[in-house]
Amino acid sequence: MLSRTADHLYWMARYIERAENMARVLDVTDRMSLVANSAYDEAARWKPPVLIADDVAVFERDYGSYTAANVMHYMALDERNPSSIVSALGAARENARAVRVAMSSEMWETVNALWLELRQRIRQGLREADIGEFCDWVKSRSHLFRGVTFGTMLRDDGYKFVRLGSFVERADNTARLLDAKFQLLLPNEDPTAEMDYYEWSSLLRSVSAFEAYQKVYRDTIEPTKVAELLVLRDDMPRSLHACYDELAPILEQLCRQPGCECLRLAGENHARLHFGRINHIFNSGLHEFLQDFIARNNALGIEIQRAFLNSPD
Amino acid sequence: MNTQNIFDEMRAGDGQVRLLYQPFSEWLKGVDHAQLMQKSREAEMLFRRVGITFNVYGEEAGAERLIPFDVIPRILAANEWRQLSAGVIQRVAALNAFLNDLYHDQEIIKAGIVPATILENEMYRPEMQGVDVPGGIYAHIAGIDIVRTAENQFYVLEDNLRTPSGVSYMLENRKMMMRLFPELFRRYAVAPVEHYPQVLLNNLRAVAQPGVHDPVVVLLTPGAYNSAYFEHAFLAQQMGIELVEGQDLFCKDNAVFMRTTEGPKRVDVIYRRIDDDFLDPLAFREDSMLGVPGLVSVYRNGGVTLANAIGAGVADDKSTYTYVPEMVRFYLGEEPILSNVPTYKLEKPDDLKYVLEHLAELVVKEVQGSGGYGMLVGPTASKQQIEEFRARILAEPDNYIAQPTLALSTCPTLVEQGVAPRHVDLRPFVLSGKTVTLVPGGLCRVAMREGSLVVNSSQGGGTKDTWVLNGDKPC
Repeated sequence: MLSRTADHLYWMARYIERAENMARVLDVTDRMSLVANSAYDEAARWKPPVLIADDVAVFERDYGSYTAANVMHYMALDERNPSSIVSALGAARENARAVRVAMSSEMWETVNALWLELRQRIRQGLREADIGEFCDWVKSRSHLFRGVTFGTMLRDDGYKFVRLGSFVERADNTARLLDAKFQLLLPNEDPTAEMDYYEWSSLLRSVSAFEAYQKVYRDTIEPTKVAELLVLRDDMPRSLHACYDELAPILEQLCRQPGCECLRLAGENHARLHFGRINHIFNSGLHEFLQDFIARNNALGIEIQRAFLNSPD
Repeated sequence: MNTQNIFDEMRAGDGQVRLLYQPFSEWLKGVDHAQLMQKSREAEMLFRRVGITFNVYGEEAGAERLIPFDVIPRILAANEWRQLSAGVIQRVAALNAFLNDLYHDQEIIKAGIVPATILENEMYRPEMQGVDVPGGIYAHIAGIDIVRTAENQFYVLEDNLRTPSGVSYMLENRKMMMRLFPELFRRYAVAPVEHYPQVLLNNLRAVAQPGVHDPVVVLLTPGAYNSAYFEHAFLAQQMGIELVEGQDLFCKDNAVFMRTTEGPKRVDVIYRRIDDDFLDPLAFREDSMLGVPGLVSVYRNGGVTLANAIGAGVADDKSTYTYVPEMVRFYLGEEPILSNVPTYKLEKPDDLKYVLEHLAELVVKEVQGSGGYGMLVGPTASKQQIEEFRARILAEPDNYIAQPTLALSTCPTLVEQGVAPRHVDLRPFVLSGKTVTLVPGGLCRVAMREGSLVVNSSQGGGTKDTWVLNGDKPC
């Protein structure tokens, strides 16, 4: 297929995934702020979403303080913020529009309807009180897009690039989310603190993993198990391992040249997750592990771009 | 203009509904205005969701507008269509013969029928002189604008041989009508148009360079911000071909390739929807970011086919238009089936004098204008507009032609107040490959404002589905 088409499909999927993740983070932060007797003040509570997006300097310059209203606006609606939900969905739609012939018409209509409804919502004005409903809406649209893609798209290379985009982005987002939460929570080490239950469960809920945790561990919520679930468990759909279980075979199908660097990078990352042990990771530092993973995942993204998407003559 | 003499597609002069429209008229009595408006809104919602929009230049970035869709169809009988389609096929055959002649032996100039000054026309491309194109076809896709003034009186208003657009609306309008009013299709035997993309693809494949067995066809678009981008995407999808932008193509070893995830892939036929000027920065406008460097050179050497051919625009120029009936006689030895509108060429002193004296009765057009821009409609223009145009004409008379204001036929159209007559035209799309053909229908454009004769979408005009019936009677 055309390199440019593959590029647009890949980025369309990445942006929709990004919007979904952003909505998850905002939603959970918002719900946590409603829990009484919070151990954190408003600023501590609302900083992590900005931390996750790696946007601290820009945010502080443009908004100053970490109030709920500021962070919500920045993460959901600010068009200057390239990671905001509005920016991500706008970019997804622009990418989709450029290659609407490369997908099923139902996929295109889903992305287009999403965008039209988004504009409608913005025109009507989004109030702080609506943020939960808005995040639910973004998540449900992302689910719908995934379902429509799965249910209607020809299983050609285009489909593979859509999936590739989703998983590269999701792996990045899960790693960032985990890293930010651990940075916020671990210094406050009191395993019996009541608040921790809410904190860890909120993290799990943000990646729809709360029920899964209960099923897998049948235990109180412990940080190492949360990390294990989201890093190493291959049966947890948003875990790093699960993302690479999907990524690696797609790349094997796409890499038709032997010795493809994409395949090597993906295999290397995959092996670390496949054969990793959570106590080893904690011993050498979860934060270091996650930072390293984010860099490796990013390197894979760059290599995918180079190999398939902007191929030189 | 005398409104008494305007031909209405549905009603005869005495107010009687014409035979062809009787079942429709009966049906119309059974639906009230609110129901029709509801259907109209439903259509608008569906068009918007599917993204059947056009971009508007010079407005808010990314502004996408719908072309108003009118739910009342225009109906033509089989015998009317036979005359029309034979006429446009004949005309396009003559225009292709003319282009082939102009870029080779120029017999028509030698015979004194078309003046040699045509070679000074901006749309004439000296780069094409002596180049052989497959089958001698230059206008693979032609949109011929036709208006009706009386029962059997059709006029060709203009020929569009460069990158005519609108065919996607012909197809989408039909789909919409079948969805909104299935009951009407049981009352009328409407000839189908949905196979247009197949005919187009077959024709495009047929004009690959000799020796290419399984030609790769692509559609070249200026990109998502072009006003007709929806149509480009739609046609590529319907034909199952790649929709490419200039940046996706490159030239090497006298061939054109597209960049794919599996490496370069050879392209044989390009249905281009980019104007000549922007095709190749090395040959034409060097500031063009839309084109493919080196394309013209490959094309001239027979490495790729372009549809439409470079330089076809010289034959659809409004000043060339006046010679088309003569071309039909000269190349085909036939009498033209369709009439031209009498045209005054303002480069001629007598014509100029007459036109300046009768500006208020005439339509004046720029020779190379399109989209309804740069024209004066005398009867509806203000005194000030007329005077402004007079000054423009005097400054550059060669740049204008003038025509009498035709009494364009009207067709019932849904407007806020009810169903009212509005002026219409028709653009059938003529395809030239192994044969010259067209599907039974076209883009019917309608001036939504009362009394207006300007049907262009960029000027607020709308569209209608056009029904060509299988017979001369309704059923």
